[in-house]
Amino acid sequence: MYNGGKIILGLAVFAGLVTFPFLYNIGQADRQPDLKLDTPVIRQMAVKHCVEPKAFMRAEHMQLLNDWRNEALRQGNREYVSSTGEKYNISLQNTCLHCHSNKKKFCDECHNYMAVHPYCFDCHLQPKENVQ
Amino acid sequence: MSMDRRQFMKIAGLSAVLGIGGSLIIDKAGHAGLGAGPRYEQGPNAIEAKRWGMVIDAGKIKTGEDYKRIIKACHSIHNVPDFGEAKDEVKWIWTDDYEHTFPSAENPFMDQTYKEKPFLLMCNHCEFPACVRVCPTKATFKRPDGIVVMDYHRCIGCRFCMAACPFGARSFNWRDPRPFIKQVNPEYPTRMKGVVEKCTFCVERLAKGQGPACAEASNGAMVYGDLMDPNSEIRKILATTYTIRRKPELGTEPSIFYVIGGSENNA
Ligand code: HEC
Ligand code: HEC
Ligand code: HEC
Repeated sequence: MYNGGKIILGLAVFAGLVTFPFLYNIGQADRQPDLKLDTPVIRQMAVKHCVEPKAFMRAEHMQLLNDWRNEALRQGNREYVSSTGEKYNISLQNTCLHCHSNKKKFCDECHNYMAVHPYCFDCHLQPKENVQ
Repeated sequence: MSMDRRQFMKIAGLSAVLGIGGSLIIDKAGHAGLGAGPRYEQGPNAIEAKRWGMVIDAGKIKTGEDYKRIIKACHSIHNVPDFGEAKDEVKWIWTDDYEHTFPSAENPFMDQTYKEKPFLLMCNHCEFPACVRVCPTKATFKRPDGIVVMDYHRCIGCRFCMAACPFGARSFNWRDPRPFIKQVNPEYPTRMKGVVEKCTFCVERLAKGQGPACAEASNGAMVYGDLMDPNSEIRKILATTYTIRRKPELGTEPSIFYVIGGSENNA
């Protein structure tokens, strides 16, 4: 075999490079987003709940917000009656962010983890404490 | 393996049933459904009309203070930026002189006080709005109650509506408006660079049972109401007072009426 040593060395370097990302992360647990719910409004709630059940909110809040804005602006319906019969004023900044006033430690925490960047806050205002 | 036509049809049919049926089941199971299902409502205090309109009694708005107070009421609530120059101006309610407000009703010998008096202008919420006809995304549309509104989420900034509107009621955000809003109202969104904006007849206030902010600040000089209700205050004024509208010859049927030299005949 000609240049056998060089080929084996090359293969070893190649294998090392390819597997480096996997080896590097061995033993490091995947960091989960750390969602904080301790806002003044949520702290006051006897039973801590969102406008809809948690599982639904986690999976479908973007769709819900989309429905909210279409109903409010295009149908003139500015009140939301949830599946449990509770009434909410339809507003991103005055309802969602009234409870979730820690947007940075809640919405952003999860969105950064998932690499989603909603552009809503180019226009909608966020609670003061979240503005850099 | 050979297959006759009959066998092929059976297998094809069965796989179609399995495929479509299966996808329906997976859809149902995978969707975090909401059982009873939520509802959307207008809200208990919302005030409604068949066609909203407004009468502006020009004679009742006299001093510079009056104009300022009314414009500020609107612009501060809606986070309208003040760029401090005419080129980039964003405005929901503003003033202009008689010649530019009523160009077809002008004459060289008219009362000097009216010739020089500023008139309050805003979106006319036309019955046949030109802006709505040209908008390619339906970002601007007419509600069943006659109000011409903007859905900023759909605005792509093409500015066709600005070209179409004969009243100059629309402004474009050439720059990021946020640094130019002196005092931000935290309850209402701002806009961003690249969208068009204008007066919305305060739809968000009507939904709460409040009237337009300008009318509220006008000490009775601006009266809003339902043009289709013969018993409304606005119809009584229109029936007993001579009023004019801006550029009626264009056929857009504005819903904003002006009393000139009306009840208080001292401009
Ligand atoms: C170009 C500016 C702009 C952007 C970007 C924007 N909005 Fe809005 N949005 C507005 C304005 C202005 C209103 C208020 C209209 C009204 O109340 O009549 C509004 C109203 C709404 C409403 C209904 C009432 C309220 O006050 O919340 C919802 C819900 C909403 N937006 C959701 C969103 C979401 C979700 C996003 C991001 C995906 C978003 N918006 C992005 C400008 C914007
Ligand atoms: C009345 C206060 C309140 C309002 C209003 C509210 N939330 Fe929540 N939200 C909560 C609470 C409390 C939880 C935690 C629920 C739980 O742990 O069961 C929560 C949970 C959530 C979750 C799930 C978080 C997770 O751990 O998966 C999302 C997403 C969310 N909210 C988004 C929204 C959005 C979007 C809106 C506006 C449409 C909104 N919330 C309005 C109080 C509120
Ligand atoms: C548990 C994690 C989580 C939390 C908490 C969360 N989001 Fe999200 N959000 C997501 C994910 C994931 C997406 C993207 C979904 C997709 O792209 O299909 C998303 C998408 C969105 C979108 C649509 C963005 C777009 O560009 O289409 C909006 C608007 C939004 N979130 C608003 C909020 C708000 C407001 C809050 C806080 C009140 C919040 N979210 C909290 C996970 C979260």
